[in-house]
Amino acid sequence: MMQAANTNADAGATTEFVTVFVGETMFGLAINRVHDVFIPAGVTPVPLSPPEIVGLLNLRGRVVTALCLRRRLGLPPAETEGNKMAIGLEQGGETFALVVDGVGEVLKLGADTHESVPINLDARWRDLALGVHRLDGRLLVILDVDALLAFGGERRGSVAA
Amino acid sequence: MDDLLREFLTESSEHLDTVDTELVRFEQDPNNQQILRNIFRLVHTIKGTCGFLGLPRLEALAHAAETLMGRFRDGLPATAASVTLILSTLDRLKAILADLEATGTEPAGSDEDLIGALDKMSEGTVEAAPAPAPVAPPPLPDPVVRELKPGEVSLDDLEAAFLAAPGPDEFAPEPVLAEPAFAKPAVAPPAVAERPAAPAPAPEPAPPVAAPAKAATPEAPAAEGEAAVSKVQTIRVNVDTLEHLMTMVSELVLTRNQLLEIARRHDDTSYKVPLQRLSHVTAELQEGVMKTRMQPIGNAWQKLPRVVRDLSSELGKQIDLVMQGAETELDRQVLEVIKDPLTHMVRNSADHGIEGAAERKAAGKPARGTIRLAAYHEGGTITIEISDDGKGLDLSAIRRKAVERGVASQADIEKMTDAQVAKFIFHAGFSTAKAVTSVSGRGVGMDVVKTNIETIGGVIDINTQLGRGTTFTIKIPLTLAIVAALIVKAGENRFAVPQVAVLELVRVDKSTGQRVERINGSPVLRLRERLLPIVTLTGLLGQSDGAEVDTGFVVVAQVGRQRFGILVDEVFHTEEIVVKPMSSKLRHIPLFAGNTILGDGAVVLIVDPNGVARQVSQSAQAGSIPVESEVEETEAGDAKATLLVFKGGNSTFKAVPLSLVTRLEEIDASKVEWLGGRPLIQYRGRLMPLVPADEAITIRSEGTQALVVFSDGERAMGLVVDEIVDIVEERLDIEITAERSDLIGSAVLRGRATDIINIAHFLPLAYDDWARGPKKAEKRGSTLLLVDDSAFFRDMLTPVLKAAGYAVVSVESAEQALAALQANARIDVVVTDLEMPGRSGFDLVAAMRGADQRLAGLPVIALTGSVGADAVERARSLAISDLVAKFDRSGLIAALAEVDAVTLAQAA
Repeated sequence: MMQAANTNADAGATTEFVTVFVGETMFGLAINRVHDVFIPAGVTPVPLSPPEIVGLLNLRGRVVTALCLRRRLGLPPAETEGNKMAIGLEQGGETFALVVDGVGEVLKLGADTHESVPINLDARWRDLALGVHRLDGRLLVILDVDALLAFGGERRGSVAA
Repeated sequence: MDDLLREFLTESSEHLDTVDTELVRFEQDPNNQQILRNIFRLVHTIKGTCGFLGLPRLEALAHAAETLMGRFRDGLPATAASVTLILSTLDRLKAILADLEATGTEPAGSDEDLIGALDKMSEGTVEAAPAPAPVAPPPLPDPVVRELKPGEVSLDDLEAAFLAAPGPDEFAPEPVLAEPAFAKPAVAPPAVAERPAAPAPAPEPAPPVAAPAKAATPEAPAAEGEAAVSKVQTIRVNVDTLEHLMTMVSELVLTRNQLLEIARRHDDTSYKVPLQRLSHVTAELQEGVMKTRMQPIGNAWQKLPRVVRDLSSELGKQIDLVMQGAETELDRQVLEVIKDPLTHMVRNSADHGIEGAAERKAAGKPARGTIRLAAYHEGGTITIEISDDGKGLDLSAIRRKAVERGVASQADIEKMTDAQVAKFIFHAGFSTAKAVTSVSGRGVGMDVVKTNIETIGGVIDINTQLGRGTTFTIKIPLTLAIVAALIVKAGENRFAVPQVAVLELVRVDKSTGQRVERINGSPVLRLRERLLPIVTLTGLLGQSDGAEVDTGFVVVAQVGRQRFGILVDEVFHTEEIVVKPMSSKLRHIPLFAGNTILGDGAVVLIVDPNGVARQVSQSAQAGSIPVESEVEETEAGDAKATLLVFKGGNSTFKAVPLSLVTRLEEIDASKVEWLGGRPLIQYRGRLMPLVPADEAITIRSEGTQALVVFSDGERAMGLVVDEIVDIVEERLDIEITAERSDLIGSAVLRGRATDIINIAHFLPLAYDDWARGPKKAEKRGSTLLLVDDSAFFRDMLTPVLKAAGYAVVSVESAEQALAALQANARIDVVVTDLEMPGRSGFDLVAAMRGADQRLAGLPVIALTGSVGADAVERARSLAISDLVAKFDRSGLIAALAEVDAVTLAQAA
């Protein structure tokens, strides 16, 4: 721990993150925003929808809008169609499913490993990331759930119509 | 705020609304004791409750109003001024109640002004009244304690008197509910009328006043009213509770559907029966819960009589409000949404629509204007009409304004039909009112009205006639929560189409009779002698791979006046679906109204027929008109016509009215036979002559040959064309410059110069005797006068009428027609267009009927764009033999034949 001095100040303040994977990259989502982790099945595609949206699915009797984190991040489609996972998120009374390539463990992280978003990151990523945690051997990009869900809607609509 | 006060607020505002309405009724019908008693009772209840709750300000006001109403009951004539005074008192009461609701306490302030005025009014001619109730004060305990202004000695006495009269009887059973209908039926109206305010000692003055308030609270369920318990038939339920119940039932419906789906797949009969039972119970439960949400539309109208009354006096107009079908029920959610639009539209009608009395008289109308509100059920929708007999929309002003505001170009405006132009009033910021009044004219509103109605899946339509009035027709679904839907499959996915919009299903297949045909790539379907534009669902959704799909089902849908077909691959079944709103991320897609979960658990999207209709008309109008417009039915606009455009000779565009066309054919060119130098084909077991549409066309000898078939009775003719291009529906502006007899003239269609061909020229080429008419020999040479302002229609109808054996005299206006009738004594029958600039067809007939005997007895057939009930009525009163839709040739011929038959019979 190189920045042990800092650690003392924030020793008690740890945050838990659910880790998810898109390709090889690991992302973290604040655990208090995650309602569910499930395997998305029976997704109904929605024609004319914004590209980020995979479709609608039935999650225990609720209609959930599924969006693809890969597309949201502007990444190319996966080469192999593996088993996808979905994270249930809520915003403004609506439920969304964030489709990812895989879900990892829950990490308890302190502020000591936290870094702000590197400025050389792609603009799209910069908007979506809250920061980066330095872990052993890899980095964890913390995603801003509200920013993730802020897309599409009317602006696109006017173009489509 | 405690429950008691909350109850009081809800109840009182309901009472006040009722009083509002009733007062206006009372003003018009001052002798109706029933109404007066009702008002009196409601105000009395409010006053009593206020006293009980310790709300002195409200109580004093209510009391003063009640006193004045008591005077009415005693025979004081209800003047407009006094009703206005009471109405403004009610407004003050409402304002205080609103404050009370917001703050929980009665606001400070003085109502001396109103109370003084009310007292003065009640004291006015009091002495003349036969039963001066307040002057006989029997000793009574003070029923209520409150602050009174000095000098109001007689109040308590009055109070006692009023309590004694109708009060106790009516109050006891009434406490928990608001509806006046529940007033104890035992109250004998005549008794009250006879001794209106008999100062008989009230048996128990205090309890009745307190009873309603106490009983209304859950804590004191009718403690002193033994009778009340047995009479209570309604309870107040929080709306949230109902909403929750509704959601639960929706979920239950879903679960049932899932179970049914499972049962369908398994053959285990043991649980089929209970499942069926469950299904029934669910259905009934659903219906029951839906019923709790239903409210009569009259609730949304309640404020309108007052609104109209206030407007009438403010604007100095005389306006009657007629309401029909107030009991028609609809979902309260829907009701909430349409409440304000309705009020707005009624205000608009009163302000813009109805003219002042002087203006109305000058226009030959009764001085009192009428605004009519009507509601009725129609299928799964409710139709609301708001009509006035005012001056109608000034379409030319709207046209000007539209150009001024740059909403549409001058050229576009000229192409538009009246119906399209009228729709401009739904544009934001669009008002042609000359002056902005306090009522309306600010150009806000109609766009909001339209948006509101559309958000609940409704449509709004305008019908306006200059000088005659305007009618708005609103169609809205009864409920938004559960709808019957047709589950269809298009491409890879299933979709739900609301049943409301579906007229029928047609199976299409290349091999069977019903097949999809294409005109310039646009698919159409022949459906009972009409062409139906088709859209493919996959195409609309951008999933089409460009391949032309020709098999599947056409869902024939109708939205407003627009009818179209949606081509889908498969149709499964009908299902009651629970409409779930679209996610906020997807709400912008106009083609979907929501989504639902089907019995098998899959999520499907609900197709919004309104959205599809808009897309259909947009693609139909692509590029030509930038504003929203609808494909109107041909009959709707008299200057608008549907034309078949084809290429004929040297790649020129030609067109013929589609109404004249029997069918379109593509024949194998090798089937063409030549007989005596004339081309013929065998067509439906007969020989049909072929005539090229232009000299430059050569009939092909190989491949396929496009034909436009015209037929009349037994005869048919094939017009040989190079290629069928399109069907367009446009307002025709024909320049009749053609010197060629085969052309009527030319017009600009879709931005292309197009020749309009004259069918009358071609028919004789096919059959020498066609123009003379095969039936001519049977007919005496009748002479017919054709009156139509449009040269196009005159030219179109003349050959048809000639073919039917008439000598035709055609004129373009009512004036000319009258002149022709005077000059030409041989005219036997008149065919006239009803809608003409200047003097209308009705005016013409009226003039004829008022003229000499010959003209008065002349049979008349009227052509009209739209056959409305009032038109039929008017036609009947003018002894018009028949009303025929403008494009209905065979109808016209049939009507003429009938007239002939009658004339012959009379002659014989």
